Amino acid sequence: MIWVNQIVQGVLLGGYYAVLACGLSLMFGVMRIINLAHGDLAVLAAFLVWLLTERLGIPLAPALILVLAGMAALGVALQRVVLERSLRAGILVPLLSTFGLAIVIENLLFEGFGADTRSLAPAIGSLAYDSWSISDEIYVGRLSVLIFALAVLLLAGLQLLLSRTQLGRALRATAEDPDTAELVGINSRGVYAAAAAIAVVTAAIGGVLFAMRAAFAPYAGPSQLIFAFEAVVIGGLSSLWGTLAGGIVLGVAQSIGAQLDPHGFLIAGHVVFLLVLAIRLALGSAEARGRLRTLLGKSA
Amino acid sequence: MSRRASIAIERWTPLSRAASIIAAALVATLVLAPLFLDANAIDRLTTLFIYILLGTMWNALAGYGGLVSVGQQAFFGIGAYAAIRLSHAGVAVYPALILGALFAGLFSLLLSTFALRLRGGEFAIGMWVVAELCHLLVNLDGLIQGETGTSLIALDAIAPGHRRDDTYWLALAAMVTLLALVFALLRGRLGGSIQAIRDNEEAAASLGVKVLAAKRITFIIAGTGCGMAGTLWLASSITFQPQAYFGVQWTAYMIFMALVGGLGTFEGPILGAVLFFAIELFFGASGIWYLVGLGAAALIFALFLPRGIWGTVEDRFGLRLLPLGYTVRIPATAEPTAGGDRSASTAGSLPQC
Repeated sequence: MIWVNQIVQGVLLGGYYAVLACGLSLMFGVMRIINLAHGDLAVLAAFLVWLLTERLGIPLAPALILVLAGMAALGVALQRVVLERSLRAGILVPLLSTFGLAIVIENLLFEGFGADTRSLAPAIGSLAYDSWSISDEIYVGRLSVLIFALAVLLLAGLQLLLSRTQLGRALRATAEDPDTAELVGINSRGVYAAAAAIAVVTAAIGGVLFAMRAAFAPYAGPSQLIFAFEAVVIGGLSSLWGTLAGGIVLGVAQSIGAQLDPHGFLIAGHVVFLLVLAIRLALGSAEARGRLRTLLGKSA
Repeated sequence: MSRRASIAIERWTPLSRAASIIAAALVATLVLAPLFLDANAIDRLTTLFIYILLGTMWNALAGYGGLVSVGQQAFFGIGAYAAIRLSHAGVAVYPALILGALFAGLFSLLLSTFALRLRGGEFAIGMWVVAELCHLLVNLDGLIQGETGTSLIALDAIAPGHRRDDTYWLALAAMVTLLALVFALLRGRLGGSIQAIRDNEEAAASLGVKVLAAKRITFIIAGTGCGMAGTLWLASSITFQPQAYFGVQWTAYMIFMALVGGLGTFEGPILGAVLFFAIELFFGASGIWYLVGLGAAALIFALFLPRGIWGTVEDRFGLRLLPLGYTVRIPATAEPTAGGDRSASTAGSLPQC
């Protein structure tokens, strides 16, 4: 029964990973950039919400709206100042520039907030620890379930945005071929800015959820980036729902690993990630890293 | 075509000959340095050699091979860990340091079958995950005692004065050997192959470049070099705390050195390492702002000066001290439309094979 419990917890954890990862996946799909500052942007948002609620006493909901709006603006700025120039310079430069940015963000956070770990759990009251019992031995946290539901909603929303709206069509066209998209009147600069804004906002949501679930500290970003990336790759970069599946696989592996050994949580996650990658390479389907067309799956 | 006859292709210019002689003289002086420098200076120089080694290895991977790795600290840590294990098993301590580096090289050989099939960002973060996993697995070893770490006890048995000089000479020898190896390989056929792969993998393959083999050689040299840097770091600090060896900050340092010095130039990372060393010496005490500065410098150089300091100097003045490629000299009289001696602009685009 303990194993069933671990699997249930792992699946719910996967929902969190999907939220964290979908922005990474979107940015990779549209711009072919892996943003190495993704995790640090998530942690930055968590700190901003913490600052507004704990220090300035602003209620959670308006604080969230403020921070998410700010992060959207930051996403546009990121695209205009860093990514646009990096993209022009070749495929390696975005990795170097976003890595530099990551180091700047995490050290500035450390400078500003110190080494203490914080949590947003106090801001959500009893939601942080309330749980529903499924059976005598299985309890699920209400927060975990809500996060999972939020993940499904967020992914469905993104899917709808991409397949049904004008912006979504522009995103898909630009992902396919930015030059041709320009020819038919799409402003690819604007589209990239929108994609960056969406990606950073989802990272921020992920960061806030992370801060509600657990304690966070200035240098927590890189490990969150790794988890998000693992979820994206395990999911096969093939669809947004694949990211959820990847997150669930990662979460279940970590959860079972943790049950086996105190050090098992991280080890199991990394091992499963490398195994999936190795198997996929062995099967020769490395071209699974498609653009947005494949990101959307057959349904588009 | 008398005009063509007057075009000269040369590798060694008088300047680069002079630079090579100066480099050789500098190395000879450094060999004798323990005779006239104090202990503190010798320790500092050992650290500088390790940085030069790291910067050059990362540059060989990224600047020439186009492989941006965020996980080279895996080899740094594995090398040091292997040296601890070997020393613990009774191997004499200095041979253990060299064997530790070779073990890191062997590990990179095994890893290459898998890692080199990843591309771009996948390779970057895939290597990071490998480094994290190595860190976690090394922590499981009872000898290491988790994050508490352990020490290279055998080295304590040697008198501090001897130990300092021996470690210094080993670091100097390792740096010169590995840099010479990289220099020789990049001047040869591999240099042309690996840069062709960096610029366009499919096109290189269609021209008959053995893509995987060329990448693999570069990857293994970089793995061995980073492993050697790790064992040297162990020899100079004695203690082994996994977090200090497997930390991603090593990648940040390597990126800084290669990028600021000049990605894709041989001299660049050496210059970058000297700069990094100087910055650490003067600003290292300022803690966090020093790290913010390193990250910001990497960001700004990536965006505005991707060829780094040395690459920019090379481009502007046609300066090549330790030439890896060839220079075409077109005399002004032979090609009036070419506008004089444009050796610098043509040299960069020529294949080096």
